[in-house]
Formats: sequence, structure tokens, C-alpha cells
Amino acid sequence: MANFSIATVFVASISLLLALTHSFSLENPTDRRILVLVDDLALKSSHSIFFNSLQARGFELDFKLSDDPKIALQRYGQHLYDGLILFSPTTERFGGSLDVAAILDFVDSGKDLIVAADANASDLIRNIAAECGIDFDEDQSAVVIDHGSYAVSETEGDHTLIAAADFIQSDVLLGSTKIEAPVLFKGIGHSLNPANSLVLKVLSASPSAYSANPKSKLSSPPSLSGSSISLVSVVQARNNARIVFSGSLDLFSNKFFKSPVQKAGSSNKYAKSGNQQFATEISKWVFHERGHLKAVNVRHHRVGETDEPSIYRINDDLEYLVEIYEWSGSSWEPYVANDVQVQFYMMSPYVLKTMSSNNKGLYIASFKVPDVYGVFQFKVEYQRLGYTSLSLAKQIPVRPFRHNEYERFIPTAFPYYGASFSTMAAFFIFSFVYLYSK
Amino acid sequence: MVGKVDAAKGGAKSLQSPASNQASSKPDLSSMSTTFSFKTLKLKTKQQELLIRVTILGLVYILAFITRLFSVLRYESMIHEFDPYFNYRTTLYLTEKGFYEFWNWFDSESWYPLGRIIGGTLYPGLMVTAAILYWTLKFLRFAVHIREICVLTAPFFASNTTIVAYFFGKELWDSGAGLVAAALIAICPGYISRSVAGSYDNEGVAIFALLLTFYLFVKAVNTGSLAWSLASAFGYFYMVSAWGGYVFIINLIPLYVLVLLITGRYSMRLYVAYNCMYIVGMLLAMQIRFVGFQHVQSGEHMAAMGVFFLIQVFYFLLYVKHMLNDTKLFQALLRIGVTSAVGVGAIALGLGTASGYISPWTGRFYSLLDPTYAKDHIPIIASVSEHQPTAWSSFMFDFHILLFLFPAGLYFCFKRLTDATIFIVMYGLTSMYFAGVMVRLILVATPAVCLISAIAVSATIKNLTHAIRGKTSQTVSSKGTGSTKGLSKQQASLDQSIPFLKNGATALLLGAFYLLSRYAIHCTWVTSEAYSSPSIVLAARGAHGQRIIFDDYREAYFWIRQNTPSDAKIMSWWDYGYQITAMGNRTVIVDNNTWNNTHIATVGRAMSSYEDEAYEIMRSLDVDYVLVVFGGVTGYSSDDINKFLWMVRIGGGVFPVIKEPDYLVNGEYRVDKGAAPKMLNCLMYKLCYYRFGELTTEYGKPPGYDRARGVEIGNKDVKLEYLEEAFTTSNWIVRIYKVKPPTNRW
Repeated sequence: MANFSIATVFVASISLLLALTHSFSLENPTDRRILVLVDDLALKSSHSIFFNSLQARGFELDFKLSDDPKIALQRYGQHLYDGLILFSPTTERFGGSLDVAAILDFVDSGKDLIVAADANASDLIRNIAAECGIDFDEDQSAVVIDHGSYAVSETEGDHTLIAAADFIQSDVLLGSTKIEAPVLFKGIGHSLNPANSLVLKVLSASPSAYSANPKSKLSSPPSLSGSSISLVSVVQARNNARIVFSGSLDLFSNKFFKSPVQKAGSSNKYAKSGNQQFATEISKWVFHERGHLKAVNVRHHRVGETDEPSIYRINDDLEYLVEIYEWSGSSWEPYVANDVQVQFYMMSPYVLKTMSSNNKGLYIASFKVPDVYGVFQFKVEYQRLGYTSLSLAKQIPVRPFRHNEYERFIPTAFPYYGASFSTMAAFFIFSFVYLYSK
Repeated sequence: MVGKVDAAKGGAKSLQSPASNQASSKPDLSSMSTTFSFKTLKLKTKQQELLIRVTILGLVYILAFITRLFSVLRYESMIHEFDPYFNYRTTLYLTEKGFYEFWNWFDSESWYPLGRIIGGTLYPGLMVTAAILYWTLKFLRFAVHIREICVLTAPFFASNTTIVAYFFGKELWDSGAGLVAAALIAICPGYISRSVAGSYDNEGVAIFALLLTFYLFVKAVNTGSLAWSLASAFGYFYMVSAWGGYVFIINLIPLYVLVLLITGRYSMRLYVAYNCMYIVGMLLAMQIRFVGFQHVQSGEHMAAMGVFFLIQVFYFLLYVKHMLNDTKLFQALLRIGVTSAVGVGAIALGLGTASGYISPWTGRFYSLLDPTYAKDHIPIIASVSEHQPTAWSSFMFDFHILLFLFPAGLYFCFKRLTDATIFIVMYGLTSMYFAGVMVRLILVATPAVCLISAIAVSATIKNLTHAIRGKTSQTVSSKGTGSTKGLSKQQASLDQSIPFLKNGATALLLGAFYLLSRYAIHCTWVTSEAYSSPSIVLAARGAHGQRIIFDDYREAYFWIRQNTPSDAKIMSWWDYGYQITAMGNRTVIVDNNTWNNTHIATVGRAMSSYEDEAYEIMRSLDVDYVLVVFGGVTGYSSDDINKFLWMVRIGGGVFPVIKEPDYLVNGEYRVDKGAAPKMLNCLMYKLCYYRFGELTTEYGKPPGYDRARGVEIGNKDVKLEYLEEAFTTSNWIVRIYKVKPPTNRW
């Protein structure tokens, strides 16, 4: 009996271990294990509020110095982490086997990434950013300066501490509670590569901002200026890996989290900056606690049937069903929207229909197959700001009528039927008369 | 053997000539088979002749079959070329799923994403024939694979063609000419090129059907029998079901009827034969889905209909003449009648064409009449090598001595003009013209050339042997209607008092035999060397004369079958479409059924664009793999680089952004350093020469030496951005690339 109970405990602990290691999956998209690379372990305490909030939400943080020779993102082909936070803006080379290609490969296998740069960001960080469509200001010494909407402080300073309030309008990215207070930002700006369609500005600088070296005199117009400067940007890759780039590491620091803020030229004085809310919300998005959709149970059938046919006939009436759920951080909730569309597609959409929803996640569209045969696809291309992109394609051939599926007798042809039968009769009579008269 | 004797007799029965009447032979034969007394073995002359004739025919029948087996013996029993793979695939489907499924087959594996209604876009005659052979053998408890049936269908029908040729020759001239015709056609390279074992194509049965239809029609015209005419209508139906070349029949026969009408050879026999054949044949042909209502709606078939109405007018006028008994009044009526008939016909044709009810002639038809048409207007027809105008050498290659015997035969035909010889003369002349327009139509001319040459050979040899025997008075056997005139002429022409007649005749006879034996040697050599290679397995001679086999195609298709997802779409030039679907079992974008020019042009455009532009096109077509055929390593010259200009032309015909001069340098097509920059960077070049610059193909040559073109390639450092190499066969003949998914972060 004792043996049995020990065995049970052993099995249970093994399965618990398995459950723990089995972290990121389609069933549970929220990340679990996160590697944090820092230049200096002091960062652990100076940014402790941010880290604590992550840990409080159930993440396991693994802090390592960026030049730790034991850093590895994967072992034996298995990824050791589900997310990576690079709070090491000055690192020129990572320790271990980690390099730009390894980090990009990490992203390309569907893992998430937060990168924070800073005033003297290394080429390494810049290269990672450039590979994701984000171009930090090429001038190494340039920081974002804003004489219009800087954060008011005791000393006049050089206006490199900015109170930014140009957020992207998206509940998915930044949460449903509006961020009231401006976000304090001190760091470098970047621009988005216009060739990349996946990168988004989350926090942009005000129109009066520019990127330059505050210590030297401005001799030529700054390469980056105005609201085209992005302070914080996100990328959602095609495989739904999510990346956040911030031009400021201080944005996540305890100091900025707690600091009161007043925007220049504004009388509103906030006791606490928007940084904490902003950082928390964006980290919720990047680690798939919000805005993660899944489509399941994609099926289609003729109206009145339940089995899925392998081929449709032209002019069939069919129903297409798909269930869409959203991950709430702990469970899958039905996704409710009124803009999910299905296409019946062959080189171009022949049918484009908005699907009706039952508010429990089930989306239905019923339509008639067009009068064209060929190999069609049911396509759902659902791309909404912040949400994972749903792109479903299911191939189905459409055949023409069989030889016996046409109408057998059509009223308009009755004269022809009459003609042929009367000819036959007349020929018979003629033959009879011809042969047997005389 | 007895069955064949019956057949021979059946053919002979309708002839009036006593020389070929064998009615008395049957009881003797049957008594021979029952009582084997010594006396019965001594046959009468006529019986001996019959025995010899049947034996010769039997041997010719066997010869026609076995001479086509080189490819099976040398390689293996497999399907050749490109189109036969489609025929094989459809036959397999037919035998597995039954006729109705075949008839309604919608194939979603070809022409992605358009699909193809197979049942409605093919000529089912070949597949049904093979399936019936298969089911018959299965019923007789012979367990054979359908592939063996398909491989041997063409030789089997070639053998049957020899029998038809015999009867046709007999109908035209005499049984001797028939025998010679059978022997000539059995080994004629022009026919063998399309009917070797494994060449499972429509032409294989269609030539049989063509000759059968013509024979039966001539028979019907000669006899005026409704039964023969009906039989020829059914022969026509078989031809329509088997091959698009039936258009030749439906235009030649009206032309022939028209010529007879004009030359005053109109007869009741002709009236019966043509009307019955046309009406029944047309109704039967409409049952083939692919042909449908073309007989009443398309321009190509209007000549037959016009002649049909004309012959009715003719008949009516003759009737009126018969009733009227007044020449002057009749002349007036004739003028009015003919003028108004032609006028009404022309107006009807004009209205039909203008209203769109009658479709105009198709491009293929135009290109037959005008050899330069295709080159200017339809590159897709001009791009096929077998649609090129014929070179003189290929006439010589395919006909050998027949090319010289053909005019001689025409001479004999003109000397003894009958309805039948007029037909064969017209068949010969028209088909020779078409053979000059397109290489592949040599096939259609072959039976006519063989028959006419056979007349020349037979008549000459007969005259010579008579001269040797000294029986100059009894010349060629008289037969057929209206041959008495010719008989007397020939009697006159063979003057009795030529010195050294016998010696001269002997020498000429020996010369004739020498020529014929050279013909046989030539035919066997051509069959063995040129026409028996399957083209899916390539053979070359090594440095020591040994045979080297390149089996790269099948290696590639097998790889596709085993290593790609079952719904993968493969883009290649259309030549390989049928093979990929049949052997690789994967969906293709375009294939050898070139029904949609735009789709082919899209593929041509992708192949001739830069990689990034091509990637967009391939994404829009959901292409997963790209297959190219490359001969630079083996020196295989019919590869995609040599076909590439046609891709450019066909692509440019629909998408003007592709311009042929961009790929040429001073009008010259090159792949070496002097090649056009667009050429060096287009998708086809990159896919063919990817990593080829690292390879040394020939001793003493720099790496990247293209053996098919004999140059060092111009762009050795090919980088692929949107595709990656998936598979290259052992001799690099087939290269397959995978289209990468879109980049993850851009």
C-alpha cells in the first residue's frame, strides 16, 4: 500500500513536471518561461516593479547577464524559453551561442521578444531591430529631444525626458482602461521601415520632437523628426510571434514608474506616470495574455446535410462554419465580432460574405456555390489590429453537372419532341403505304 | 486462318471480275481440313493463289506488330512521351471507375485552380478501345495489367490497319496492289513513328479508323450500297471518337463528292453513299461530348453541309430533267437552280457567321491552310516541334522509296480513272500538302502514299512479270467499273515488239526487288534507331559505345510522389504536366491539353520574370514546387532553356510586359557571358543554373560548362531568395524547387 502511494506520488510529480514544462502550446498560448538578459544585475532591482508584475502573473523569469557564456535558447532542438526580454542595450556580443541569427530564429519559431534600447545602444541591438523592420537613429549619440512636450522637472535640463501621450488606439494592445497619464521616455527614437507591413507604432513622439545629440550643436536638419519618430513599436510576425521594441530602457524602471509627471505647457499634474500601466499592458499583449485568437472546428456542408463532401457541384447551397475563441489569459472565451468574413475563392473571391455569429464563438455563413467550376478555397483572412491574424484556407473542388443531373424534359423543347415523334410516325406510315400500296 | 479467308472472300464477293471471285474456294478448303487425302493437297491455281495471299497477309499482320516492339525489348513495357501518360491515366480511371464516372470526370488535379472536365474535353475512342480490350481479356480469364494493353494497343491497331489497307488496295486496283499496300504500310516509318509499342496516343487507333472510313466510303461509292455507307458512317463515328483529325475526313469526302459532281461523275451510288454517310455520321459524331454540335455550328464542318445541300439540288435537277424532257428549258432551270442554291447557301453561311451561330475557323485550321499563320498568331501551336513545317529530309526519312513511287502511282491512277482512284488521288494530294505544312501530318499522308505506291509497285511488277512470261496480251487484271478503257490502253501501251523485252524486264524486276529490300532495311533501321525511344527514359552512347540510360524523369516523378504533400501544386512548363499528374500524382498548373492560353502565358510570364515578380505570380497560383528540365549536364537538348524563348513568346502574347528582345542580344539567344541581363536573372535561368557554376561537366572545360549549348554559362553565382532547391536528379535533368513561404517578419 505504501509502495503504491509512493508510486502515485511519483507519477503525480512527474506529470506535474510535465505540465510545467509543457508551457506554450496552442491550448495555452500564454508564455511561461522567460529569459531576461541584462547588462548589469542591478537592473533586477532597479526595474523590480516590472519584473514583479510579470512574476505575479505567473511567469518564470530567468535572469542572466548578457555575456554569460552559458546562455542558450534551445537545447537538443527544444526551446528552453517561451519569451525573451533583452534589457541589455549596450551589449556588443552575447555570451554563449546567442547571436542575432539565434534570436531571429527564436522569433521565427513563434516565440516572443521584448527589446529595450537606450541612448548608447549597441550595433547588436540595432541589427536585431533592423531585421524586424525597425531602424534606430543611425547617429549613435542621438537621443529624442522634445522642446514642446518634455516632462517638467526641477531643473530645466536638455528636454530629453519626454512625456509622450500619442498612444495607438487599440484596446487589444494597451488594454481597455485608457492610459491617462503621459509616459515618461528617455532614450533613442526609431523609424519604421516602410517595406514592412507588420510593424506598428504604439507610442509615437509629438510633432515637435526630433532626434539629435543634445550636447552638440545641430548643424544639419535631424534625420528623424516629428511624429514619424516612434518611441515604442510592436511587430506581430506572420507566425504570430510578438515583439516589442522600446527606445528607452528607463521606461520600464521603478524610477519612472513612480515618478510624477507633468507635461510642458499643460497644467495637469499626475501623481504617477503612465509608465507602469503602459508597460504592464504591453507586456500582457506581447506574452499572449490578450488578443490571441484561435479558429477551430472549421467545417462545411450542403444545407440540410451534416457530412462534409469532398466535392461540391455548381449551384449547391452550402454552409460554412468556424468557431473562433479568444484567449483571456486563463481560458478560451468565445470571440464576438461582427466583421468576420469568408471568401469562396478561386484566383479572386467569387463569394465574399460576412459571417453571422451566435455570440458563443460560432460563425456561420451560408451561400450558393457560384456557377463556375474549378478548385475553390474557403478563405477566412481575419486581420485586426493587435489580434493574432487568422488565415484559414480550405481547398474544395467544384464540379459541373453530371450528364444525368440536367433537367430531362423542358417545356420549351416540346415542339422538338413533337416534331421528332411525328416524323417517326409519319415515316412509319409512309413506309407502310409505299411498301404495301398497289 | 479460316476466318481470314472468309474476310477476304467477303471483300471479294462484290466484285464483278471473275479473276478475283473466290466463291468456289470455300468447299475445297473445308474438305481439305476434314479429309486429308493426298489428292486434296494438290490445290488448283486459284486456291494456291488464295493460300499464298492469306499467308502473306498473315505474315504482314504479324510483321506489323513485331516491328513495333523494339522499345519494349530494349527498355521495358512502358508508356512513352507526354500525351500517352494522360491517355493512360484516363484509361486507368475508366477501367477502375466505369464509363459513367469517366464520362463525368471533373479533374481537379490539372489546370489548378481552374480544373478540367476530362469527360467533355477528350476524344474517348482510344481509352474505350483499350478498356474494351482489357475487359475482353479479363472475361477470357487473361490476367493482364491495363498498362500492357495500353502499350500494345497501337501495334495491334497497326496490324489491323494492314488488313484494311489490303482491302482498300483491292478495292482501288487489285488484290496484288492490296497485298503490296499492306506490306508497305506495315513497316512504313511515317506510320511507325506514332504507333510503336508504348506510344499510346490517339493517332494509334485513329489511322486505322481513318483508313477504314475511307475504305468503306469508297466501297459504298463503288457499290451504291446503303449497308456499306452505313458501315462507313460508323467508321467515321469511331474516328471522331478517337482523334481530332476527323476534320480531315469531313472535309475530304465533300471535296471528293464535289469533284465528282463537277467532272460529271455524279451517280445514284454517290448520292446514296454520301447522304447516308453524312447524315448518320453527323448524328453519331454529335454523341461525342467534345465534338457536340460542331457539325452544324463550326466553320470547319460547313463544307460538308454545303455539299450535302448541293447534292440534293443536283438530284432535284436531274429529276426535273427526267420529267421535263426539254433541254433548253432545263438549261435555263439549271442556271437558275444552281445560282439560287449557291446564293442561298452563301447567304445562310454569311448570316450564320455574322450572328455567331457558326463559329469561324479555328486557329489550328487556319494554320493548316496557311503554314505561316501559327508563327504569327498562335505561338502555342508553333512552339510544338511536331507542328513545324516539314523538312525535305524528314519526307525522305519517313517515306524512303515511296516518295518516288508516289508520282508513279499517281500516273497509274490517272491512267485508269475510276471513282475509287479519283478518291485516292485526292486523298494523296491533299494529305501530302498537309504533310508539308506540319511534320506530324506525315502520319495522315502515310496510308495514301503507301496505297498509291502499292499501285505503282504492283502494276509495274505485274507488267514486268507478264513481259517475262511473254503473256503480253493478258495484262493487268481488269476490275471495277470503267476499267475496260484503261485495260485497252494498257494493252496498247505494252507493245509486243520491244527488243530485249524479257532481259530488260528481268533487270527491271531485279531493280524493283532491290529497291523494295532497301526500303525494308531502311524501315527497320529507322524504327530501331529513331522511333523506338520512349523519350521518358533517355539513352546515350558512352565513350566506349555502350548504352547509357538516363532515367531522371521517373526518378523526379517518384520523388514528387513520395516527398511532397498530396495537395502540393507543381508549376512546370506545360510539356511535363501530363507526366507529373500521371506519375507524380500531384496537381499541376498547366498541362499538355493547352486549352487555356492565358493560364499557360501566366506560367510563361512567371518563368521569364525576375524572381521577386515570379514569386508574386506563384503565390497567386498557390504554387508549392517548381520543376524545370535542364540538359546542361548531360547534353540533353530539348530542355527548358531551349524551350525558353517560346515561354517568353507565349507569355508576351498575353502580358506585354514580357518582351522577347529583352532576352536576346542582337537577335541572338545566348546563355553565356554575353547574354542579355534579363536572361541571366530571370527565374528560368536561375532555376536551371543554380549551383551549376560549381560543377565541372566535361574534362578540360571550365566549371559551369553547359554541354547542351556548348558554352560556359554567364551567371555562375546564382542566388535564390524566394525558392530553395528541393531535389535534383542524378544527372541534373530534372530540378525541383520549393517555393518558400512569405518571410515571417516582413
